[in-house]
Order: sequence, then structure tokens, then C-alpha cells
Amino acid sequence: MSFLALLARNRLALAGLVVMALVVALALVTPLLPLADPDVTDTGNRFLPPFSEGALLGTDHLGRDLLSRLLWGTRLSLAVGFAAAVIAAVLGAAVGIVAGYYGGRVDNLIMRGVDMLMAFPYILLALAIVAALGPGLLNALIAVAAVNIPFFARNIRGITVGIAHKEFVDAAKLAGMGDGRIILSEVLPNVIPVIVIAMSTTVGWMILETAGLSFLGLGSQPPQADLGSMLGEARSALITNPHTSVVPGMMILVIVMAINLLGDGVRDALDPRLRSGALSRPMAATMVRREGPVPQPEGEALLALRELRTEFHVKQRVYRALGGVSLGVRPGECLGIIGESGSGKSVTALSVMGLVASPPGVIAGGAVHYRGEDLVGATYERLRSLRGREIAYIFQDPLATLHPLYTVGDQLAEAIRVHRGVSRGEARSRTLALLRDVRIPNAESRLDSYPHEMSGGMRQRVGIAMALANDPQVIIADEPTTALDVTVQAQILSLLDTLRREKGLAIVFITHDFGVVAQLCDRVAVMYAGRIVEEGPTQAVLETPAHPYTRRLIACVPELGEGKRVLHAIPGLPPAVDALPPGCAFAPRCDKAAEACREGDVALHGGARKVRCLFPETAPETDPETAAEAAQ
Amino acid sequence: MGSYILKRLVSAIPVLLGITVIVFAIMALIPGDPATAILGSYATPENVEKLNRDLGLDKPAVQRYAIWLWNMVQGDFGRSFSLNRPVLDEVLDRFGATLVLAGTSFVLCSVVGVAAGVVSAARQYGAADRGITFAVLLGISIPSFFLGMMMILLFAVRLRWFPASGMWPIYGDRHLWVLLRHLTMPALALAVVATGVVARLARSAMLEVLRQDYIRTARAKGVPERGVIWRHALRAAMVSIIPVLGIQAGFVLSGAVYIEMVFQWPGVGRMLVDAILKRDILLVQGGVVFVAACYVLFNIVVDVAQSLLDPRIKT
Ligand code: SF4
Repeated sequence: MSFLALLARNRLALAGLVVMALVVALALVTPLLPLADPDVTDTGNRFLPPFSEGALLGTDHLGRDLLSRLLWGTRLSLAVGFAAAVIAAVLGAAVGIVAGYYGGRVDNLIMRGVDMLMAFPYILLALAIVAALGPGLLNALIAVAAVNIPFFARNIRGITVGIAHKEFVDAAKLAGMGDGRIILSEVLPNVIPVIVIAMSTTVGWMILETAGLSFLGLGSQPPQADLGSMLGEARSALITNPHTSVVPGMMILVIVMAINLLGDGVRDALDPRLRSGALSRPMAATMVRREGPVPQPEGEALLALRELRTEFHVKQRVYRALGGVSLGVRPGECLGIIGESGSGKSVTALSVMGLVASPPGVIAGGAVHYRGEDLVGATYERLRSLRGREIAYIFQDPLATLHPLYTVGDQLAEAIRVHRGVSRGEARSRTLALLRDVRIPNAESRLDSYPHEMSGGMRQRVGIAMALANDPQVIIADEPTTALDVTVQAQILSLLDTLRREKGLAIVFITHDFGVVAQLCDRVAVMYAGRIVEEGPTQAVLETPAHPYTRRLIACVPELGEGKRVLHAIPGLPPAVDALPPGCAFAPRCDKAAEACREGDVALHGGARKVRCLFPETAPETDPETAAEAAQ
Repeated sequence: MGSYILKRLVSAIPVLLGITVIVFAIMALIPGDPATAILGSYATPENVEKLNRDLGLDKPAVQRYAIWLWNMVQGDFGRSFSLNRPVLDEVLDRFGATLVLAGTSFVLCSVVGVAAGVVSAARQYGAADRGITFAVLLGISIPSFFLGMMMILLFAVRLRWFPASGMWPIYGDRHLWVLLRHLTMPALALAVVATGVVARLARSAMLEVLRQDYIRTARAKGVPERGVIWRHALRAAMVSIIPVLGIQAGFVLSGAVYIEMVFQWPGVGRMLVDAILKRDILLVQGGVVFVAACYVLFNIVVDVAQSLLDPRIKT
């Protein structure tokens, strides 16, 4: 969408633009209007109230027509404000470009100076300049412009530094172009948009500042008046004749507000993060908007997902991240979920406890049953009381997932205290026990460490300890070892395996690594494009993969349990989940794809081993014909 | 921690020197003979000669600067001709009043601004958020001096809740309650703009933090939403809010000049404006250097606060 269209969509910014255009237009035509002379005094008609005969807004303490003075004053204020903005921008940009372009000592020296200037509260600098030059509108203008030069210099320097190292600048230098010409022809054109934007956001500020200096009596001198000095002169009659103050004051307010609205609109339109709506705050639990019947609990699984559908609603588009996922895990069992990034495995994990960021996430259908209770339909308070207490998470990168500003001990103790009313001392001793459980050496001294002071492996042990804090029944581990190196990875995996056996935990283990699955999981489910394409006992799936996708995944793994195993060698990319092909989602990348594959939805079929394919590699319990039937 | 504070203090020395150089350079802009300009209407030939001798005004610039700096280091900021007393005495007298006003406003804008920003972010796009966003827009658009005048009209003249001006009544006791009554309006008027800026920043800082992985961890632990917002998110957001509070302190100090004029508050700002109008150059010069130096020191306090909040900063 174009910048202007975006701006226009922002109604407030548009209002600001319209108001500003009106004010500027009014200021431009002021000399042409049939107004009284703004400086002609008429002491017989002092302080006429607004709507008086011949004086629409009344008169001031010298009987001068307020409307006329207001318009002339606005004209002057705008002119001075804009002039200050232009001067500050031009000089600031010049300083910034020189500093950024030449770099090194020049840059250092200039930026030191700029920092010094910024060390002043801005008005002190302005006052000092006015004190030296003497009060007067021109001097106030110089002061305001000078005070704002550092701001422009710093901004423009940043941009210039980026440009000065681009190839086209190097090329121009090699071609023997002089610095001056390079700056004019290569640097300046790239910097000008930034200058204009910086100006548009500061011009309101400059108008306000010059008005302020005039208000203090240091700017425009009588009889000439800008809005600030009108307000300053009216101050002595504030109580007896407030309208003389209100008129110029309101005008300043309107102008500054219009410019601020416009500036906000410009900023929003240029900020790409706001454009995509990514700056929305995730809510406490994923939004639920279930359509269709809610599946009933069945089977003896501790945690069971039934036809779970999670979507991302971004603007008008709907990304179907999960297209009906059904899974179950029994006490003491470890279920692996494997897939490429974007296959929906993490979304599956996060959907269980309503942790998918929302907006944009929405759970659109299906159910999550924990001991027969539907978590998708649960209240937030119920969900919260289960989070961490019955079902706990271990996340991928513990440096990002642990709070950087609290000690490890505090974060662990909190995990306990949010669910159980224990004393500080009890929480601490329990915390210590947890750290020992996850085999952290010198647990005592680690309690007061911050996450950034620990190694990656230690941090992840803390993450695991946090998940264990309340003796949960289920642990959902979302790629917990991906960020770690291989030896640490092996340690963490064996720790998880021991804990599972000791405590009878059910683990759902999300990974993209078949080696990890082989080491830890009893069963494995393979995900592709938001659906499960194959599921079965780990051994069986690894040895005789039924789905062409699984086979290819396994073929990509060089040697189980060794080296960095990444799933990248399959030609083609997984389909975008907002544009799934009809029929089998893997068809575009499948070498066995046939007409039938692209026609109808392919169902997941089978018993202990399930596969979603019309022509499976090995037909575990069904032959292709029944599979084809199942598809219809 | 002690060594960190010391390190920051030492690093402030070049900045303080820079400030004096800049002020000195600006004062060199004074057209004509400096002694005559400083003395203004007191510029009798004897006075001019005496001043030239005292301040070395007839010497080259570098020497003049050295004399001036050395005098200041010894606590001699020169003499105000319009008030006929040492500049430093006058500045110190006035600075207390400014500190009371600006300090109160600073606390107000920090507390109210951050709270408003947090609530706004927590209720993004809700009624509270919209209300706060609009109030913020109004707040940052209204000139503080105009707001102050309107407050006088409403709260002092019409409702008679607060006195219209001054820091103390001309007659009567000077106790805290009286001060608070005088302080309320100017402190509020001064705080409004900064509160708006802080609220805006706090909102976006919170929105940024709330998307972080560790917030999801807190939720996964079962931390109630209130704790997620105020304990987890705000703590992290403060890391980016505190430096802006330091900058806002400068704006509050600047705005105090206007507010002191409107409310006849006996602070440094009004002193400076009066001094400029009376062309009392030495008073302006001394006042500017003094206040700027205080602001630099205040920013060290901000840095220290930041390092206490964020263990990742090496102290
Ligand atoms: S259904 Fe067809 S396209 Fe899909 S994986 Fe099986 S063979 Fe390949």
C-alpha cells in the first residue's frame, strides 16, 4: 500500500492534515483579507468582548482587533517555526552528513560536540543564545534553530554512515569523483526523505518553542506580535479579560495538535511493524472461536488433542496453521512430534495451554482433553491454574525464555508460589531441591545468578527445573535442545529421560531432529503443513517409514545421533498454510504424486501406525486400495 | 557499585567542561565590547576598566576562559549587577524553588506516565487505551504556559481551590500544607507534557516486551495476568523507559521556565528571563552553567538507577 494511502486511512492524521492545510491557507491569504490593521491602537475600545460590532473576536488591552492580530500572529508564528525547522534541518543535516561521510576523527570530534549540546536542557541553551544576541524575534528564531541542530545532526549522521559504506559510494570514489560530488549526487538524495520526515515531526515543536520564547518576552517585540507574545501580553489581563488569552492560546493548541496528529500518522505509515499489526499485545490466553461440534473425550490418554484447528488471522488473511490435529499421550509415555519449521509442531504445543500469541492466533475448532476436561473451552482462570501445575512447558532458547532481570532462584520460586501458598523460606529450599534434581552443580550459589551469567546448558536445566516445579503430569518440550551444542544436547536429553522414568511424566517432545526422537520417544508423529501425516511407534516409523515425506526426512539425516541434523535437503518448500493445495499437501514435492493425490482430501488412516497417503511406501495395515477408499 | 558511580562521575568531567566551553562560546557572540555589554547602564569608564581587569576581558579568549573557569571552580560565578550580589548566592537561593517544582513534576510524570502507559498497553485497543491515547495527544499538544493560565482561571479564580501564584503567601506561616497548595497547580501544569511523552513511550515499550518469549514463559508457569503485566513486563520495559525519564527531566527543567513565569514561582527560570531582559549577562551565564551541571549530575543518577535495575549492565 502506498504511503499516502496509508496516511489517508488514518482518519486522525487526515483530520490533522485538513486542519493544518486550513491554517496555512488562512495564514497565506491574511494580507488579502479585509481585516483591521493589527497594530492600530484604539484605547477607547479596549477589551471589547468577542462578537462585538466590528470586532469578531473582540479587542485587546490597547483596543486592537483580536481577529486581525490572531491571523497576523499565526502567520508570523508559522513562518518563524517553519524557518527554524528549515534552518535546523539544513545545518543539522550538513553537520550529520560530514560526520557520517568522513567518519573517523572528524566524526568523533563532531559527535562529541553534539553530545555536549544535548547535555543541556534545551531551553538553557536557547536562553543563553538569546541572552548573548539580545531579545528579538530573529534571535529567538536563531536560538530555537540552533538548539535543534544536534537532533538533526545525530539522525542524519546515522543514516549517512549506512550509506557511506554502500557499494555505489565506493564505486563513485574509484571512478575518481570528488567527495563533494559524491555527497551531492549519492548521499543527499538518500538522506532527504529522512530530513523531511524529521522536519515534519519537529516543526510543531519549533512553533511551540518560538511561541514560548515570545511568551517570555524574549521573542517578537511590540507592536509586532506572534501567537506567543499575544499570549504573554494578555497574561496581565488574564483574570479580567480571559478572552484575550484564550484566543491565541487555542490557536497554538490547534496548530500543535494538528501537526502532532499528522506526525503520528506519518510515523505509523512508515513503521513497517505497525503495518503488519505485529505490535499487538498477545492476550493472556489464545482466543477461542470454535466452529462445528466439539469432540467428546475418548480413549485412555492423559492428554488428548482432538481435531484441533488453530489459525492466524492477519488482516483479511487466514493462515490455517493446524488443520485438525489429533494426538494423545499416556502417563509415562514420550511422544515426539517432528516436522520442518512451519509445519505447525510448535503451534500444536502452544495451543494445548492457550499460549499461541493472540492476536493473531485463534483456536477455531477441536478440543484438548486433559483427564477428560476440555481445555479449549475452559475459563482463563481454570487454564491458568493448570498451567505449570499439571501441564508444564520447556521452551527452546532459555536465554530468551527466562526473564533477563530476575535471578534464577526468584523465577523458580515464583513458579512454585503462583500455585501454592508457601513461605519464602520453603520456596527457597524447594527451589534448591529442584536445581539439584536437574543436576546443577553448586545449586546454592546458582540461586542468585541471572540467566545471562549461565551457560546455555545450565540455563536449559533451569528451564527444566522450572517445568518440574509443581510436579506436573505432562511436560511439553518445544525444541528444548535446538539452541544447544551436541554434547550438552545429549546431557539434557538423558536428563529428561531419567526424570521421565523417575517421575512417571508424560512428555510431548517437539523437534525437527530424528536423532533426538530415536533417543527419547516411544511414539512419533510426523507433521506436514499443519497436519499429521504419519504416526506410530518410533522404531517402526524410523525403520519402515510409510509416508513419502517421512522417508525423505529420514534419508536426509546423515547418521542418526551424529553431527548437526537439519532438515533442509528436500527439494521445494512446504506450502504456505494460507494457500494449501487441494488434496495431499505434500503432492508438489512428492515424486509419487498422482492425479488422485491432488483431488480429494487424503485421510489419516490405520491403527497403531497411521499414515496420510494414498500410495504409502510400506502399507502397514492397509493396502493402497483401501487407502484410496478412505480418501473418498 | 561504588566504583561504577565513581567511573560515571569521572566521565562527567569532560561533559561539564564541554558545557562551560559552549556557554563561553555563546557569550562570545555578544556584539561589541563585552565589558560594556555586561555592565549595561552601569558602564562607567571606571567600572569597565575594573571589570576588564577582574575578568581579564581584554585578554585573548583562551586566557579569558581559563580565568572564568578557575573562578567558577573556586565557587566564584561573578557578581550580578542588577541584583548587586554574587551570582552563585542568587542562583542557589532560586534553585531550591525550581527543584521543588521540577522535582514534584518529574515524580508525577514518571509515576502517572508509566502507570498510564502500562494500563494502555494492557488494555490495548480497549476503552481505557483509547481514552489514555487521546488524553496523551491533548497533553503533548497543549503549551504548558497556556495550560497554566487556564488552570489559574478555573481553579484559582473561579473555584478558588488554589492560590493563583507564588510559592509562599506574603503573610503567614510557611509550612508544608501551604507549600503544597501553592505547588499543586504549577506542578500539574508542568507535568502534563512530560506525562504524555512518558505514557506514550511506556505503552510502546510494554507492547514490545509483552511479545517477548519470557512473557510467554511467565504465562506458561501460570503467573496471573496482573503479575505478568506489572512484575514481568513492566520490570523489563523499565529498562527502555528509564533513559527516557532522564531526557524528560531535561524537558521538565526547561518547561519550568514558562511555568515559573506563569505562576510567579521564585525559581531559576524566572531569574534567568529577568536577567536576560535586564541584560545581566553574568547572572545568565552563571545560572545556565549551574543548572546544566546539575542536570548532568542527575543523569548520572539515572545511569546508576539503570544499572541497579539491569544486572546485564557491567558495573
Ligand atoms: S498422497 Fe500422493 S502426493 Fe501425497 S504423499 Fe502420498 S503419494 Fe505423495
